[in-house]
Amino acid sequence: MSATIYLYELRSRLKSVITWSIALVAIILIFFSIFPGFADQAALLNETMSKFPPALLAAFGLNQVDLSSVLGFFSFIFLFTQLCIAIQAGNYGFGLVSIEETDLTADFLVSKPVSRAQILNSKLLAAITSLVITDVVVWVSSIAAFMLFNADRPYDTHTLILLLLSLLVFQLFFLSLGLVISLLVKRVRSVTPYALGLGFGMYVLSAFSGLEGVSVLETITAFKHFDPNYIIQHVAYNTPLVLLDVAVIIVSLAVSYWLYLRRDIPAVS
Amino acid sequence: MSVIEVNNLTKYYGKARGIVDVSFDVKEAEIFGFIGPNGAGKSTTIRLLLSLIHPTSGSAKVFGKDVVTHGPEIRRDIGYLPSEVYYYEGMKVIDLLKYSASFYDCDCTERLHKLSETMELEMNRRISDLSYGNKKKVGIVQGLLHSPKLLFLDEPTAGLDPLMQRKFFDLIREENTRGVTVFFSSHILGEVQRLCNRVGIIREGKIAEISDIRSLQQNNYKKVRVMAENLDPAAFNLPGVTNLQTEDGMVHFFFKGDINSVLQKISGVQVNDLTIEEPTLEEIFMHYYE
Repeated sequence: MSATIYLYELRSRLKSVITWSIALVAIILIFFSIFPGFADQAALLNETMSKFPPALLAAFGLNQVDLSSVLGFFSFIFLFTQLCIAIQAGNYGFGLVSIEETDLTADFLVSKPVSRAQILNSKLLAAITSLVITDVVVWVSSIAAFMLFNADRPYDTHTLILLLLSLLVFQLFFLSLGLVISLLVKRVRSVTPYALGLGFGMYVLSAFSGLEGVSVLETITAFKHFDPNYIIQHVAYNTPLVLLDVAVIIVSLAVSYWLYLRRDIPAVS
Repeated sequence: MSVIEVNNLTKYYGKARGIVDVSFDVKEAEIFGFIGPNGAGKSTTIRLLLSLIHPTSGSAKVFGKDVVTHGPEIRRDIGYLPSEVYYYEGMKVIDLLKYSASFYDCDCTERLHKLSETMELEMNRRISDLSYGNKKKVGIVQGLLHSPKLLFLDEPTAGLDPLMQRKFFDLIREENTRGVTVFFSSHILGEVQRLCNRVGIIREGKIAEISDIRSLQQNNYKKVRVMAENLDPAAFNLPGVTNLQTEDGMVHFFFKGDINSVLQKISGVQVNDLTIEEPTLEEIFMHYYE
């Protein structure tokens, strides 16, 4: 761990963290603010939706949702929050070491008296700090939204906390997976397409797994590991899938360290 | 004492050749020139010594410690100026230098300012606004500010104007007199000749020759030029003579061997002008690349 690198990384990601945070606050508050007006007609909407093809509803994560309940409505918003967080975390993961290599500043950093492990430790910790800052913003704005716009309907705080805390592991999944992919491919030229691909890809996989019923696909995507509908219905995490998620994180990080410690820093070509 | 010891160091990038079986030593407080054309393996060697890349086989020690296992420790006392300088574009010069200094246990502020003054750096400009030569100057200050005991200079003069080059050479000489060892890679022989004590010549990834710069010049070829009327060039077709040419009544050639045999030939001729000189490193160098 090198405080110097950690602080540099944190500072260089500050703008991105602020941008994502503002976007997420806006999504949560604006979306939630329509709930009080919406709740009264939700029963009608639920009825209409039940006539939709179940496959279509499943694709949007709406198949088992009661939009007239606060948590049911929130689960819909939460899915978008997850998508944003997935892209953000993937972005940090893919860029963690690849940006220095494309910008050719890796020579500068690696020729300093720090070990590769120290570099990766500091960078990971800085990225995780950035993600936790975003989480805190999401947590605070979600709780505020629940208090402001609950339309006097009851909701279970315990479930809400479960949902919000799940983000911590959820984003580690994308951070570590992004990192390991960036080290496995020859060279990442631009980070954003990769992050979008990973985020949306995993989301679509989860949506399709809803179509097929239980399938193998759902076991690999973090959107299923932390499916808000499941958490709301069971007031608990889907333990086997969460363990699988944690396993993916641990394997990705282990492989990343193994690769980075042995990596040849590409020269100017 | 050897500051750098390289033993049978080999690096392949997949199937592409980096360097093959390279061995050499660099002694403390010497300026070691590392010469070779582009793609010969100069940068590969330096990058291996800094553990930016890992050897395929062989080993290297710096300050008596293995570069693979003791990298961070070794790099505390190393200054590195890469051939192409790339820094964090959004940073200001001063911030980059401070960031660089923060990696070392030293208060380098005073030295930082002194060096920047010598190199005429504008501290408040953004890296992205700097010209190539100015980035190079940032690189020089960055490489020197923590008073390293060993300097790796990879084609350091590219992009510097002649005035800056001279200042830079003075700086390197000054560091050297304080006992700093310098590993100087270049394909420009003139500058190596001006600065270095010993040279290693690398060619297609292999060491072609390692030699004292003086003995490289002395023990090898002499350049002989004879001007005389009615001179028959064939008369100088002696063993040891190469590159025999005639130009405007002047005969010139390279000679290796006992110089008396040439002098005897010349003494039999009415000579208008005669020079016998050491060839430039350039000319010796061409010989290794023939």
